[in-house]
Amino acid sequence: MTINFESKKKYNVIGTNPIRHDGYDKVTGRAIYGADVKLPGLIWGEVLRSPYAHARIKSIDTSKAEKMDGVFAVITSKDIPINKNRSGIDVNLKRDVDNILAYEKVLYKGHPVAAVSAADRNTAKEACKLIEVKYEILEPVKNVDEAIAKNAPILLEDIEADHLGKTVNNTNIAKHFRHELGDANNEFKNSDYILEKEFNLQMVHQGYIEPHNATAHWDENDHLSLWSSTQGMFAVRDLTAGFLDLPISKVTSNYVEIGGGFGGKTKVYLPPVAAILSKKSGHKPVKIIMDRISVFQGSGPAPGGKIIVKIGVTNEGKINSGAVDIKLEAGAYPGSAIPAAAVCCLACYNIPNIRVDAYDVLVNKPKSAAYRAPGSPQVSFAVESVIDEICEKMTWDKIDFRIANASKEGTRKPDGVLYHKIGFIETLEAAKNSDHWNSKIDKKDKNKIYGRGIACGYWHNGGNRSTVDLILQDDGNIALNEGSADIGGTRTSISMQVAETLGMPVESIHPSIPDTDKIGFTATTGGSRTTYATGYAGWEAANKLIEEMKKRVSILWEEPEEEIDFADGNFYSKKSDLKMNIEELATKINPTGGPVTSTASVNLSAAGNGFGIGICDLEIDPHTGKTDVIRYTAVQDVGKAIYPQYAEGQIRGGAVQGIGWALNEEYYIEKDGTMANTSFLDYRMPTALDMPNIDVIMVEVANPLHPFGVRGVGEVPIVPPLAAVGNAIKDATGSRIYSTPMKPRKILEVIDNG
Amino acid sequence: MQPFAYSAPTTLEEAVEILDKHGEKARPLAGGTDLLVQIRGGRFDLDTVVDIKKIPELNEISNGNDELVLGAAVPCHKLYDDPSISKSYPGLIDAATLIGSIQIQSRSGFGGNLCNSTPSADGIAPLIVHSAVANIQGKSGSRSVPVEDFCTGPGSNVLGKGEMLVSITMPNKGDKFGAAYERFIPRNEMDIAVAAVGASIMLDSNGKIAEAKIALASVGPTPIFATKASESLKGKEPNEAAFKEAASIAKSECSPIEDMRGTADQRKHLVEVLTERMLIKSLERIGG
Repeated sequence: MTINFESKKKYNVIGTNPIRHDGYDKVTGRAIYGADVKLPGLIWGEVLRSPYAHARIKSIDTSKAEKMDGVFAVITSKDIPINKNRSGIDVNLKRDVDNILAYEKVLYKGHPVAAVSAADRNTAKEACKLIEVKYEILEPVKNVDEAIAKNAPILLEDIEADHLGKTVNNTNIAKHFRHELGDANNEFKNSDYILEKEFNLQMVHQGYIEPHNATAHWDENDHLSLWSSTQGMFAVRDLTAGFLDLPISKVTSNYVEIGGGFGGKTKVYLPPVAAILSKKSGHKPVKIIMDRISVFQGSGPAPGGKIIVKIGVTNEGKINSGAVDIKLEAGAYPGSAIPAAAVCCLACYNIPNIRVDAYDVLVNKPKSAAYRAPGSPQVSFAVESVIDEICEKMTWDKIDFRIANASKEGTRKPDGVLYHKIGFIETLEAAKNSDHWNSKIDKKDKNKIYGRGIACGYWHNGGNRSTVDLILQDDGNIALNEGSADIGGTRTSISMQVAETLGMPVESIHPSIPDTDKIGFTATTGGSRTTYATGYAGWEAANKLIEEMKKRVSILWEEPEEEIDFADGNFYSKKSDLKMNIEELATKINPTGGPVTSTASVNLSAAGNGFGIGICDLEIDPHTGKTDVIRYTAVQDVGKAIYPQYAEGQIRGGAVQGIGWALNEEYYIEKDGTMANTSFLDYRMPTALDMPNIDVIMVEVANPLHPFGVRGVGEVPIVPPLAAVGNAIKDATGSRIYSTPMKPRKILEVIDNG
Repeated sequence: MQPFAYSAPTTLEEAVEILDKHGEKARPLAGGTDLLVQIRGGRFDLDTVVDIKKIPELNEISNGNDELVLGAAVPCHKLYDDPSISKSYPGLIDAATLIGSIQIQSRSGFGGNLCNSTPSADGIAPLIVHSAVANIQGKSGSRSVPVEDFCTGPGSNVLGKGEMLVSITMPNKGDKFGAAYERFIPRNEMDIAVAAVGASIMLDSNGKIAEAKIALASVGPTPIFATKASESLKGKEPNEAAFKEAASIAKSECSPIEDMRGTADQRKHLVEVLTERMLIKSLERIGG
């Protein structure tokens, strides 16, 4: 069956801005977050973390801690069930389990070494101090260069790395792969101008306000219940069950509200630790909450790294070759964002010859995690800076050049995948026509210098599995259950798609997010997949509900089902003038066969590629390097904005995070490999006073893979700001900075040298 | 964090008694915006926290014709809420409005900022350029120490066992006086100075500089009174050349380190830039 998703239908619910369903609970403080979970007999857990970036654990003596008053249990990695048979563990699971409690080696400062449960939080903290750990301190590997240097200390001594299909031991490069299109190496010969530049980036953190937390109750019947702040309760269930050697049906992961994640809450740190403590403490429920230092030191940041970009153009203004070398810091264990980075780097442009080499590099820093369009901001900073420099060198218009080279339907991405209908050119044209691009910079202080930058960004967005259940209540309202953690208003964006399909107001839809036993598997909220994929499941479930309701109407009217039409919330008879709305049907439904319910699960393989553009005006104090963003416009193809205010909110938030990444945020690593700035005071995220209003222009080129054209919104906006800021600095100072953060010291240096 | 006792004496004598008895194991609590964070971070292992906010002398603000007396527990907002203080002590107000955030300013004050004695303290350089004196009470009596001599190293100061800061006194230097303080931070709030400069200028009847003071923060182990730079201005016309020269001298009077907040060279450069700017601002404020 082919569904024409392209029609410009007029919607009743989609495109409006209702009060979100979780709004009242959240603004009144009643919503239950992980830290709010209280259970009878609850005790507290605390994690002892490594003070060293790289060390071998010689011994752990827990006896003094165990004897302390109020302490219930002390655990180390030996207490993790799957560690009982180390040789039998899948290598990926082994890396994950070693990250939650170090086995033989600690690989970053903040790496968990042991954990304690006690009657109260303070006792648990004090007991941690009584655990005696003897370390043999090893030389830390602090960055990509040190990791790949000859005779570098090796983080994972048992590594079997895949380097272009060959197995390599004794290396810190956990993976090396290549994408090739055409013949990039030879084609540079046909380029009239070639520019190659190297870029270096520091690790940054997502900086969500709510720290990681977990409450676990492993009961006497061997059933484990979990509550934790996560973007994916099913991932928490599956990984925890894996570590504990339990069948997944013995583990229930409950949904609690989440105070920010941005990708950082896709990893599992505390639930298995709390679970083991619970069992060892006589089956008492145990709660653990990280402090901010532990969040910075111990939970996944976005990788820094080194990126080399080479782009060749013809005199006619066409990019004919592109080569990118990407080395990203995986942190202590393999798994940086290189797969996405390798695709995103050149995804904006139609380039016949492409070579991308990507390296996943181990360093003594926390294992990296997803952060909004993982991998794309880093590589786009590099590529979009080089594009900017080429345009300046060749005196080409920065938007026209991009339009001439823009990816469109039928273009191949670096991994060879063809684009379906995308809206990059439309987005570039919207930027070109924007008020911002067509007005001068507001230079209000003669003692300051000013610059404007523009840059693009891409994210493929996600599909994957989602489930939605619907129940028609006797009062005509709809109860909706869905499995996606609600980070940014997705309860409402999913409900709106259901409401639109059913021809009902969104207020008649009552969404809930039940635990993992009560809804079909739904993949983690991330990759901008939820409004797209769970929304798709909602649309399908609503259509199934309509079909079931038609059957009931047919019984009531004694007319054949195929003679009944449905439109805008009403059932019509094709042959008589009978008409009934859903609410009326609900009151009459029980004699027709009891309640009407429906469920729909999807597993979407592709999603709706998203493109965005950032236009950034900066004001710089040339004597101090102080830099303020004074105007920023984000332009983005959203496919279809289901809930425009929230889509705009996502775009603004992403832009702010990207600007913070560009200007001041970084993991400041000391010589001993430890992070120095482990607080919001010194990890310099932008505050409200550092940001202008972010203007948002949403372009809607419908995604043909989705019934309402949704593409996914949340990731793309963090991609353009890094290069947009960098390009604006170049415009203001005449010099370019090839590393992040582009902080005042570096700006002063380029002004002095420029 | 180990459990500790909380005491809230209502007299100076009582407070001094408790501090003397516990020595290193007791700390006074004013706004608590530094202390509570430090206790939680494991910097102190205390038996007793002595809340000094119930002692009348420590809450006093007395803005007379000749001097301002600021009780050690007076929070920042009480200064900028009072227009008469704002007029005579502009350097102080610059600091009071940028320490922490609005919430922090309603708890924290100059007394605590001084006793916390960090090199980056936003309150200390302005006190120095306002010629402030710290009034200290101990078991054996009271003494006064100029603020520029108060700090002895990062987090350490002249307070001995059982001694506490009672108040800070600074002279009202009249209409021919101006002062200013500014720190450099990469953001616009909620940050710690990469480098900071306070300055003050008093003109004589001929319009020449009778007295100037320059104090630096975040560029050495303690806040620094830049005496040579200050002296260089005495008797001079308050003009660009004099200010530039003083700024250049101030740069040589600091000894910054490199850390996560900035490099040594960056900090020295900022001292020079900010000194000139603060001198210009101080001059602009005279008679204003």
